[in-house]
Amino acid sequence: MEFVLETESLTRDFGSLRAVDHLTFAVRRKEIFGLLGPNGAGKTTIMKMLTTLLPPTAGTASVAGLNITRDAAGVRRAIGYVPQMVSADGTLTGRENLVLSAKLYDIPRGERAGRVEAALHTMGLVDAADRLVRQYSGGMIRRLEIAQAMLHRPSVLFLDEPTVGLDPVARRAVWEYLMSLKTRHPTTVVLTTHSMEEADSLCDRLAILSHGKMAAAGTPLELKASIGPEGATLTDVFSHYTGGELETGGDFHEISKRRRTIRRLG
Amino acid sequence: MKSRKGGAPYAVSAEEEPFRPRAFRRKLTRFLSKTLAIVEVDIRKLRHDYMEVITRACQPALWLLVFGGVFGRLRSIPSDDLSYRAFLAPGVLAQSVLFIAIFCGISIIWERDLGIVHKLLVSPTPRSAIVLGKGLAAGIRGLAQCFIIYLVASFLQIPINWSPFTLLGVVMLVVLGAVLFSTFSLGIACIVKTRERFMGIGQLLTMPVFLISNAIYPIAVMPGWMRALARFNPLSYEVDALRALMPVGGTSHFGLGVDFAVLAAVTTLLVIAGSRLYPRVAM
Repeated sequence: MEFVLETESLTRDFGSLRAVDHLTFAVRRKEIFGLLGPNGAGKTTIMKMLTTLLPPTAGTASVAGLNITRDAAGVRRAIGYVPQMVSADGTLTGRENLVLSAKLYDIPRGERAGRVEAALHTMGLVDAADRLVRQYSGGMIRRLEIAQAMLHRPSVLFLDEPTVGLDPVARRAVWEYLMSLKTRHPTTVVLTTHSMEEADSLCDRLAILSHGKMAAAGTPLELKASIGPEGATLTDVFSHYTGGELETGGDFHEISKRRRTIRRLG
Repeated sequence: MKSRKGGAPYAVSAEEEPFRPRAFRRKLTRFLSKTLAIVEVDIRKLRHDYMEVITRACQPALWLLVFGGVFGRLRSIPSDDLSYRAFLAPGVLAQSVLFIAIFCGISIIWERDLGIVHKLLVSPTPRSAIVLGKGLAAGIRGLAQCFIIYLVASFLQIPINWSPFTLLGVVMLVVLGAVLFSTFSLGIACIVKTRERFMGIGQLLTMPVFLISNAIYPIAVMPGWMRALARFNPLSYEVDALRALMPVGGTSHFGLGVDFAVLAAVTTLLVIAGSRLYPRVAM
């Protein structure tokens, strides 16, 4: 089995708080892998470490065969990333955002225009290409951000809550695009989500996190079967492995960030 | 398993490679093209919404018209052999560049909240290219101010040196000053991380930097302790050089070479420090 992402005892402390606790998992090539967990479970911290935004306190990880600490620059060339926040620049047009990404990812000058046009076409943004992004709908912004992250054809695409704040139609469009990646590009997708529906219908395999540790991992079917009764939903699985208690994790900054994203996309 | 307490900065394998001229040239070309890409973003933003340039022009115009007019009549401030307005014009230019640049930090915090910083940091763009690009973008805004101040100065019949050599020198000084102060501001933003704290510290630093410099009065009239501080203030060197180049008959007290050398050295140090601090804003 070929793994494109592997972590070994990955750990991150913030002062006395252990946000990620000796986490070991692997993601196969071309699969859609979901990280599930309540607020404060460590999902965003893991994503930040794997995308080289945050160095681990202990442990190691490799992405596309490159060590995230020893070859951070190589990892950055091999990945695409869509943060939870609205990261497309609203003061630029959709096309300008894409051209900027093409330049930052060293796409050769001769190929830039073609790749940008193809991305606009794939994402259904051709007509809106020269409008300022602040005039886009939430779904259009997310599609643009994914197009930016995919422009250099990364080995691994990281998405931090990709459909937060989107209406059901826009959410469905994002899911369909991510599922179509399997047939079009050899790209592996790693995403975090709070939506059980998203995890169930989109992800090939899931890891459920609780207090920075791996509580369970497997396909959605395996996870449902693991808790016993027939007809269990992923929400039952989530409650089972995370204790089913009212969440106490997360912080003011995290919640305000999510609400800001929902407000901007909604 | 090797422990990384508190998270040491990342090692980049490319930095450990032996020196190869062709690879170095390729890296340098990429560095410059990415720096220019960051600058281009700001130019495009200004093209989409140029009201910022116009509204920012009011303050320096008021300084020259009102402050320069009143204190020129008082004749209480020694101004070398220049009229007070001619003495003040380079100070007002340096001040407006300082004010534009110092609030770059707040845009870094804003971009962090939007996720733009994360996106830049996850791309294979050297941190120094991002920091230098942001600084040069502040330089572009500074040049827009420079253009307006030259227009106001001409309107007020301040004798301006129009030779291409001096204009080139002024352009270089404006850009250098903008990179210097915007990188300083970026460093503070990366440490304090919140808008509220930055606004407090930004205001706390801006006025002393402006007032303890030769922008509106010469260093010679300051008390001893202030004179000593003014010599450590990069704004004094920027104003000194601008005063030698911008008005007809202007002179430099420190020497143009010293002015440029101090500004270039401080800017280089700040860009290096800013490149190390920049990733902290996303942590």
